[in-house]
Amino acid sequence: MIVSFSDVVVVYDNFPALAGATFEISRGEIVLLQGPNGAGKTTLLRTCAGLLPIVRGSANVLSCDLTSDRFSVRKKVGLLGHANGLFHDLTVEENMSFWSRLIGTSDQDVKTAMQIMGLSDRLCTTRVANLSAGQKRRCALATLIVRRAQLWLLDEPHAGLDTQGRDELDKTLRAAREAGATVMFASHEIDRARNLATRSLMVAGGLVTES
Amino acid sequence: MKSDSSMPVSKGKVVTAVFLKDVQIELRSRVVTNQVLPFAGLVMVMFAFALDNDDVLQRVAGGLVWLATLFSLLIIVQRSFAIDTADGALDSLRVAGIELSAVFFGKAIALAAKLVALEIVLIFSALVLYRVDVNATGVVLLVTCVFCATSGLAFVGTLYGGLTAGAKGRETLLPLLLLPVVAPVLIAATRATEAAFGSGGAQTSEGWAWIGLLAVFAAVFGVGGSLAFGSLIDE
Repeated sequence: MIVSFSDVVVVYDNFPALAGATFEISRGEIVLLQGPNGAGKTTLLRTCAGLLPIVRGSANVLSCDLTSDRFSVRKKVGLLGHANGLFHDLTVEENMSFWSRLIGTSDQDVKTAMQIMGLSDRLCTTRVANLSAGQKRRCALATLIVRRAQLWLLDEPHAGLDTQGRDELDKTLRAAREAGATVMFASHEIDRARNLATRSLMVAGGLVTES
Repeated sequence: MKSDSSMPVSKGKVVTAVFLKDVQIELRSRVVTNQVLPFAGLVMVMFAFALDNDDVLQRVAGGLVWLATLFSLLIIVQRSFAIDTADGALDSLRVAGIELSAVFFGKAIALAAKLVALEIVLIFSALVLYRVDVNATGVVLLVTCVFCATSGLAFVGTLYGGLTAGAKGRETLLPLLLLPVVAPVLIAATRATEAAFGSGGAQTSEGWAWIGLLAVFAAVFGVGGSLAFGSLIDE
C-alpha cells in the first residue's frame, strides 16, 4: 500500500479536522477526495505530505511511518494546495529553475515539464505576477512534474484552469499514473473528477468512507 | 515522465539556490534600493535637522548609523519573508524535503548582503552629513564591526522573520520581538563605530572589545538559528 491510515486523528486550530480516518490507497491509483467545504480534505492531503502531526492512530505513506517521522516522506511527495508556491517577482523559467536546483533535477526536466503544461517560450520569460490565475496554476503543476514525486497530493487542481488547461492536467495526471505515480486529489468538479479518478473517497466530518 | 524521487542535493547547493533567489527577487523588485535606502537616508537627514549641532552629531554619529540600520532591518526582514509566504512558497519549501537549516543560511546571507549595501550608504551619509573622520586603523575597525554586526543582525533577523512569518499581526509582532534581542548589537556596534570615528575623543583600540561581543552574538544566533529555524517554520 502507498497510503495506509488507521483511526488517524489530526487536530487543526483546536478542532479535530480528521477524527479517526481509516483508508488505504494502492500504487498507481488516482483517488478523488469528495466532500463539502471544511470536511477535512485539505487536512488529509497535508497530513499525507507530513505537514501536520498525528495525534492518534497510525499512518504510513510511501513506507514512512508518519507517527514517528513525518519529515522523510516529504522528499517523496508533491503537494499543490490552494496556493501555487511561486515567487511572483521571478519569471516562470526562474521559478522552475529554482525548484529544480533545490531538488536536483536537470534543465531538461524543467523544459519537459514546461512543455507538458503548455508553458510557451513567451510565458516562460514572463513574471509570474503578470500571469493569469490559470497560467499560474499550470506553472505550479509544472514544478510538481519537475519534482518527480511518487505521490501527488492536489487540492482543487482544476481551479482557475480553462478547458484546455483542465484537459492538459487530466492528461498529465494519467501520464503520471502510467509512470508509476499515485495521485490523490480533492475536487468539487465532480463530473470531470470522477471521469479522471480510478476510485473515490468521501470525506465528511473528519471521517473517510468509500464513495 | 519518471516518477522517482530526485537525487539528493547538498546543503551548500540549497544555500546557494535560496541566496540567489532572494537576491534575484531584490534586483527585480528593487525594494531595498528604491524604498529602504531612501528611508534610511531620510532618517539620517532628519536626525541632522533635529540635532542641528555639528559637535553633537559627530558624537552620536555611530549610534544614528546603527539605529537607522535597525529600523531598516525590520522592513527588509518583513519583505524577505513576505516573498516566501505570499503564494505559499514557504509551504512548498517545507514539502520539498530539503534541510531547512540550509534555507536559514541562504536567507541570512541574502539579508546580510542587503544590510551591507545599506550600511555602506549610511556610513558615507554620516561622513558627509555629520562630518566625522576615520583614520586607517579606524577603517579596519569599522569594516570588522560592519562584518560582525551584520552577521548577527542577519542571523537573528532571519530567525525571528521565520518565527513570525505565519503569525497574525506579524508586522507589529516582529519589531516587538526583534528590537529587544538586537539591543546588544546596537550597543556594541555603536561603541565600536564611535571608536572608529574617534567620537568624543574615543581611541580606536577601545572598539575591539565590542567586536568580540558582536562576534559572540553572531556565533550564538548563527548556530542557534540553524538549529531552531526548521522547527519554527514547521510549527
